[in-house]
Amino acid sequence: MSGGLYSMQSKDFDKTLDLNKVTPYGDTMNDGKVQLSFTLPVPAGAEATEAAKLLLKEMGLDNPQVVYFKELTPGYTFFNCYGNCTHSVDFSSIYVPKVESDVMDMHETDTYIKENIGRPLVVIGASTGTDAHTVGIDAIINMKGYAGHYGLERYEMVDAYNLGSQVLNEDFIAKALELKADALLVSQTVTQKDVHIKNLVELVELMEAEGLRDKVILVCGGPRITHELAKELGYDAGFGMNSYADDVASYIAQEFVRRNNSK
Amino acid sequence: MQNKLGLDFKRVEYARSLASSIASGVQGFADNYTTVAVERTICRLMGIDGVDENGIPLPNVVVDKLKRDGVLSDGALFFIANAMAQTSLLPQEIAEKTASGELDITKLAVADRETILATINPIVNNSIERIIQKRSRREEYIAKLGEGSKPYLYVIVATGNIYEDVVQAEAAARQGADIIAVIRTTGQSLLDYVPYGATTEGFGGTFATQENFRIMRSALDKVGEEQGRYIRLCNYCSGLCMPEIAVMGAFEGLDVMLNDALYGILFRDINMQRTLVDQFFSRVINGFAGVIINTGEDNYLTTADAYEEAHTVLASDFINEQLALLAGIPEEQMGLGHAFEMDPELENGFLYELAQAQMTREIFPKAPLKYMPPTKFMTGNIFRGHIQDALFNIAGIWTNQGIQLLGMPTEAIHTPFMSDRYLSIENARYIFSTMKNLGEEVEFKENGIIRNRAKNVLENAIVTLERINKEGLFSALELGLFGDVKRPKNGGKGLDGVTAKGDNYINPFITKMKGDK
Repeated sequence: MSGGLYSMQSKDFDKTLDLNKVTPYGDTMNDGKVQLSFTLPVPAGAEATEAAKLLLKEMGLDNPQVVYFKELTPGYTFFNCYGNCTHSVDFSSIYVPKVESDVMDMHETDTYIKENIGRPLVVIGASTGTDAHTVGIDAIINMKGYAGHYGLERYEMVDAYNLGSQVLNEDFIAKALELKADALLVSQTVTQKDVHIKNLVELVELMEAEGLRDKVILVCGGPRITHELAKELGYDAGFGMNSYADDVASYIAQEFVRRNNSK
Repeated sequence: MQNKLGLDFKRVEYARSLASSIASGVQGFADNYTTVAVERTICRLMGIDGVDENGIPLPNVVVDKLKRDGVLSDGALFFIANAMAQTSLLPQEIAEKTASGELDITKLAVADRETILATINPIVNNSIERIIQKRSRREEYIAKLGEGSKPYLYVIVATGNIYEDVVQAEAAARQGADIIAVIRTTGQSLLDYVPYGATTEGFGGTFATQENFRIMRSALDKVGEEQGRYIRLCNYCSGLCMPEIAVMGAFEGLDVMLNDALYGILFRDINMQRTLVDQFFSRVINGFAGVIINTGEDNYLTTADAYEEAHTVLASDFINEQLALLAGIPEEQMGLGHAFEMDPELENGFLYELAQAQMTREIFPKAPLKYMPPTKFMTGNIFRGHIQDALFNIAGIWTNQGIQLLGMPTEAIHTPFMSDRYLSIENARYIFSTMKNLGEEVEFKENGIIRNRAKNVLENAIVTLERINKEGLFSALELGLFGDVKRPKNGGKGLDGVTAKGDNYINPFITKMKGDK
């Protein structure tokens, strides 16, 4: 369409990587290439394509190209687009809080718990509130685990309890008391209208009211959870995408030891 | 159907006989008990609708009153019909006066049984007729407009706002969708009432209400006429209100309902006694209304592994089939479920998927099988996700599935955008056309991976069914024989809404609905 098969534009920009000014990479350093797709609530046509390009400009994308469009239903047009990003970020000054523990595999964690704690840690997990998704908590707790990472049930030195989905915060706390849990794992998958935030905060408040908050390691996880968000909400740690039982178990074991040592 | 897998159909029949024995083992229980949801359904079938001044649905007002007075076991129909005989009021008026406290239906003199039956009979027939009309309307529409070819393209809309859902549904229909499912708001399955009226707020979905059903059915009629193709509407007959949703769907002309016998027990921790009674009546209604039910076996594989636990899916299909037959659902309305959930890293995973899909097709030849897309191994890499969905579509057309629940490249990220649905429908239409008759051209090698896999899954399903049959279904659920989930017989939600039927109990709808076919 608008771009042609080969890019004929001049490449007279600085082609050396500068971590103070990082911009997207297509096939040449600092070319700023970005691909994106979106739908505009307007009928297809020359005006719609122009609108898409203007929008790309507004987003800070030079050389905006609409490479494909399709009217999805009357009045709604879908676009695939490319452009060159005119913005950059200073990578060297970025600080992101992370869970600070060494990731160990299952055997290393079991050995670590045996040597440093001497009894199995009790861990309970649930997808709480109205969230019906068990995929996250299952991936961490169930025997089989996920993507080749065994779940907590398989750990010799972890007594893991998966309470499943739609567990009320009150019931979750009651179960934690009953089982004398050392760590609580909360999984949240549904994030529409920030329902997960409300639910996660409620659990912390209930635990504080019960005087339980400082007695356990409280962890949340889910595809839209970050450690930073978790800390903000009053959790000890948060695990997002691409986290497995290894990450969670090694964190809990090391955090447990750290707390005991500081007593 | 041609037998391409060399399955031993004597073994299939044996598996079926085990499932039949399992199903009849719980049917006795379902026949002798009722629940608050069943009674509210009967209220709706008697024409009771609307809410009181506090927004509580009138069927709940009536049934809660009976429960409070300790007379639920006699059933709502007995008290409403008796009140009609004593007061000459209509059921709706009786419900309204119950709400306002003007009338106490449990304190009235009791008419004799003949009078009660004669009084309610016209009301019962009127509801039955109302459902028959909706069913005929669908059949006439399909005769006039035609419908998409199988596998039907099934997509979801889930904005939370029924009016926005309509925009999305119309777009999907124009792009080629055959079935629109309006996903319910998260948590609705655990509400012990059905909300009332049009709704515009929901989390991850839209409330199932009778008015929302009506709004969407009417929109799909319009877009169906425009496209020259009948568009089916799907909702969810699960949770604590299974039969109520069924009757609301029957009144509003819904075409497809998620309606699994065990799903609520396993995945929503709803009490098993409650669910087994509720599922029976909901399925009687769905069967009578001509609604295709969809079962939820795919859910096992979101928890258990698709390779190791494929036989539990098949075993559950057999049990769901037999429970559905007991409720009067013909095979042609049984959208038995299975899913494309093999780990993409598994070598030859597609061959196993294909074997299982073909096996399910051959074992349930008349059923419009509901084939679920990959979800568990969708990662947020939308580009690979689109390929996973393409492989799923290939398996679907190759093995002639009934209902293809289209996967979205953005699965695991958000509820579908209009454009996600477009990309998925385009993907399916391309594959369904370019590979249309592949299944008729290709056979499977004797003693090859595919034939052996199918045989293996069937044999393992038989072992599972033998064990469940030996234990009985209730006990099997307690032992965790399904999807590794253990549920106590007296645990879970909704048990306090279950009661044994008393001497005065009347539910003429079951006989009418099962008998009039």
